[in-house]
Amino acid sequence: MSDVATAAPAAATPANYKSAVKPVWCPGCGDFSVLSAITKALAMIGKPAHQVGVVSGIGCSSRIPAYTSCYGFHGVHGRALAAATGLKMARPDLTVLVTGGDGDGYSIGGNHFLHACRRNVDLTYIVMDNHVYGMTKGQPSPTTEPDWDSKLAPGGTKIRVFHPLVVALAAGANFVARGFAGDPNGTAAVIAQAIRHPGFSFVEILSPCVTFRPEQKEWKSLVRPSPVGLTDDPVRAARLVMSDDGLNIGVLYAGNRPAYPIGEGQQHAPVTDLEAEFLV
Amino acid sequence: MNAQQPKSIEEFMAQAYAMELEAQQRYSDLADAMEMHNNREVADLFHKMATIEGKHAAQIMEEMGWKQPPPYMVPPPFEGLEAAEAVPIDEVHYLMRPWHALQLALAAEQRAERFFAEIAMSTKVESVRKAALELQEEEREHVELVKAWIARVPQPEKDWEVDPDPPRYDQ
Repeated sequence: MSDVATAAPAAATPANYKSAVKPVWCPGCGDFSVLSAITKALAMIGKPAHQVGVVSGIGCSSRIPAYTSCYGFHGVHGRALAAATGLKMARPDLTVLVTGGDGDGYSIGGNHFLHACRRNVDLTYIVMDNHVYGMTKGQPSPTTEPDWDSKLAPGGTKIRVFHPLVVALAAGANFVARGFAGDPNGTAAVIAQAIRHPGFSFVEILSPCVTFRPEQKEWKSLVRPSPVGLTDDPVRAARLVMSDDGLNIGVLYAGNRPAYPIGEGQQHAPVTDLEAEFLV
Repeated sequence: MNAQQPKSIEEFMAQAYAMELEAQQRYSDLADAMEMHNNREVADLFHKMATIEGKHAAQIMEEMGWKQPPPYMVPPPFEGLEAAEAVPIDEVHYLMRPWHALQLALAAEQRAERFFAEIAMSTKVESVRKAALELQEEEREHVELVKAWIARVPQPEKDWEVDPDPPRYDQ
């Protein structure tokens, strides 16, 4: 036997989960670090890339599936969670990650977000929040501060911000965390924990937009570990995130709700049967 | 001191290996980003830095006699949220000049030198202390090399970041 044949298989590394496609994000964008954190988290878990599906909607951050070597689906704006739910139901053996931005997830896909939390299907939803629609030139998003002044919203929108973590807790997400793109290794550990946790895991990542929100570079000196430790009490977690300034990072809540049961009472038809149903 | 204290030479060298890989990957990511924005000069420079860091990682494997890389681990944070030798992703600009890129590389090498110096000072494991001093010396040499490199590249023009067709509509 050759040395190659007898050698132990090499351990998974983040590079195993990266594709050859080069990101088109602006240099300095936080999404580079989030991509890095996702590939690191997958290396920590060690599941082969072909057993992972990455589903997204539309936006800068939603380009992530193309940049991984996992199975990917770049879907319709705001509908990533619907597609991902279908994928997980059809292929429960896959680890399914859902990626997107604050506009895609909280505005256009806001309704799907609520019901994905409520259903508690075993998915990991990673939202790169930069408080702006970056891809379409900087319109305010649901998490944009009410007084953020721009040519598209002179004087600011005057609309209160959406609290994604509180909404997720109220709607029933089973795992809630906040990360920061400038901490790719800490964020990788949080994502790995989210993937391992059963049910719907929601990880909001502060990901600065260097082009439309250059002031977000300040986040680096402002983020801090959450002063309150991990809890399984959603009320306690909600109280913390309602009163914080949005810059506490870490895992805030890990609940005990059983994940949506997949497989019970379901009949899996062969693909040929499905194809037959679509014949005109 | 915020570096994690390795308990053995194997653990320490695995940390050092993870640091080099992280630096290599980061330079490679930055090179790709610059390439996509047609800043070829800086992309080439970041590619070169990635190759150099990859060689350092290979050197550690050779010195340790490892046939396979150690299991994946994240390198410890140092002086902030990231590993000592990783260039922060947010400190780049699509119009940056090689001089700027080398300043970032210099800061990364200097952080790495301080990282190993702190390990050497604080460890109670003699083999780790000796190896940390060697790596500190290597990083010091890299600092000098980058400084010499900086002296050979032109200073950036005054208006290096002026873009006649900026991505923002309000600029």
